[in-house]
Amino acid sequence: MTETLLKVEHLQTEFRTEGGVVKAVDDVTFEIKQGETFALVGESGCGKSVTALSIMRLIPNPPGEITGGSIEFDGENLLDLSDSDMRDLRGSKIGMIFQEPMSSLNPVLTIESQLAEPLKIHMNLSSKAANDRAQELIDMVGIPDSKTRLRQYPHELSGGQRQRIMIAMAMSCTPRLLIADEATTALDVTIQAQILDLMQDVTEQSGASLLIITHNLGIVARYADRVAVMYAGKLREVSDAPSMYANPLHPYTVGLLRSVPRLDSDKGTPLAPIAGEIPDLTNLPDGCAFNPRCKWAVDRCSNESPELSEISPTTQVACFEHSSVTLHA
Amino acid sequence: MWRYIAQRFLVSIPVILMVGIITFTLVYVGPGDPAAIIAGDEATPEILEAIREDLGFNRPFPVQMGDWFWNLLQGDLGTSYFSRREITELITPRLQPTLSLGIQVVVLSTLIGISTGMLAAWKAGSRLDRNLMVLAVLGFATPGFWLAFLVIWVFAVNLGWFPVLGYKPIQDGLIQHLHSMFLPVMINSILASAFISRITRSAMLEVLREDYIRTARAKGASELSVFIRHAFRPSAIPVATVIGASIAGLATGFVLTETIFAIPGLGRMLIDAIVRRDYPIIQALLMVVATVLIAVNLLIDILYAYIDPRIRY
Repeated sequence: MTETLLKVEHLQTEFRTEGGVVKAVDDVTFEIKQGETFALVGESGCGKSVTALSIMRLIPNPPGEITGGSIEFDGENLLDLSDSDMRDLRGSKIGMIFQEPMSSLNPVLTIESQLAEPLKIHMNLSSKAANDRAQELIDMVGIPDSKTRLRQYPHELSGGQRQRIMIAMAMSCTPRLLIADEATTALDVTIQAQILDLMQDVTEQSGASLLIITHNLGIVARYADRVAVMYAGKLREVSDAPSMYANPLHPYTVGLLRSVPRLDSDKGTPLAPIAGEIPDLTNLPDGCAFNPRCKWAVDRCSNESPELSEISPTTQVACFEHSSVTLHA
Repeated sequence: MWRYIAQRFLVSIPVILMVGIITFTLVYVGPGDPAAIIAGDEATPEILEAIREDLGFNRPFPVQMGDWFWNLLQGDLGTSYFSRREITELITPRLQPTLSLGIQVVVLSTLIGISTGMLAAWKAGSRLDRNLMVLAVLGFATPGFWLAFLVIWVFAVNLGWFPVLGYKPIQDGLIQHLHSMFLPVMINSILASAFISRITRSAMLEVLREDYIRTARAKGASELSVFIRHAFRPSAIPVATVIGASIAGLATGFVLTETIFAIPGLGRMLIDAIVRRDYPIIQALLMVVATVLIAVNLLIDILYAYIDPRIRY
């Protein structure tokens, strides 16, 4: 058994909005082992990015706040750390890549100064050493002509190149965990694969774990070891990636898998989107939040919210009817 | 970068030309016959005609304007109707007080405005922030002349710390010069800084919501570094714009300030010239002020490119 690197337990993150308190992350529990690639999947607004930002303790406060639970990283509860200890951890032990490569780099600073920054902060490198290392990092992420690139500004680079720079930046201090929050969503499909391969390569080389936050099940199938499916702030299913694809246990997972277009389906077969709407987080339905959209729902589902419970050592699901749920209904 | 600067520079040439045409035309079509003004009340038609002939007023309009432009190009701003002296000669001693006032006010108001704006943004939502912004609103709601009379009454008349009137040039010693200019400099600086402060605050708050600020935090940058290194420069563009605009505002504000504090600068000269209908001086001063403002604009444009590399196309 490999060691656990990150253990999130009963995490609660809330936002106070005009419409009331939104439980963006509600009692979320999962763990990531060393060297593992873990995917957190769900629709927009389900709380997956908030989970990632909670791990980094970068939830904008106000309006957001982590109100409960623990985030144990390498044996330490991040929620107990002082602000300055948390800063020391960010960028050195946990690296993060964001969704928008266009706006995630500072437009008025050179690539060099942005790349060298974490090295200067965390490794106390001199400017010269940090700049040399920055050039190596650009080579590492496969951008040609690193010397010129260092002096350029973000607007002179393509979206894919910027995301490579983000990876170089996040990996510069060889973190133990790399969080990629929809890191490839804004890129062309061909570039997406390159960037994901790159992330996998660099994390494999350094033995770091990778947390991929995505709504793209294709990415999950190809890169993730384990998957957690999130809906309306709660985890609904946590499983090994292959078994989740073969045998999904939560109706929402089934819905997600069935709404993915497939090349091997017959021409003209309509996609099967999940019926209904994403619920309003300030006004969730009673019982299981998914029950109004669920075709397996029984009376109990609208009164009681199922807990995430273990089905097998590797699989957990939060559904009363999971034994009757199948992919090919 | 040089290409950009050259481009900006070339664009300002037609602007100056346009200002020249408008200035000359306005004064030309304005009421009052310059010959009659020069000749005085008891002039005979013969004398008037002689003056017109002498100064070239009876030539066609385009010729007069062309002549004026040609002289301008050679650095000749014309001759005063009254003193019969070269205007360049009249302007030279008037430059120092106005420039000194202008530079002090721009430097001071920029420093006050940016620092209080940043402080308010740093402590956004706090009592300090609210107090600073109330002061800023008061600052740009207060009429300058009213504040001027108030401080003269308090600091000059009652306390006697500063002179009511009495400009001292730099030649009399820097301390004496700054002392004599203190009240007008402070009044204009405080009023001009109010707007700069508000814009700095809102620009910084806007930038602090950007994705790259989150990236900086994710790298482990300290809050101070996030604020100064990552957020300030991207917020500086609107601030630079406002500073440029406030310089334009100062140009007109100085007419008032110099009159109230009896500072022998260009503003006073302009008022005197208008009262006496000394048209060549009015034209010349308008051209000087317009040229200075265009130069300031050019400078701000270059500053933009320095602040934001995306502008250096």
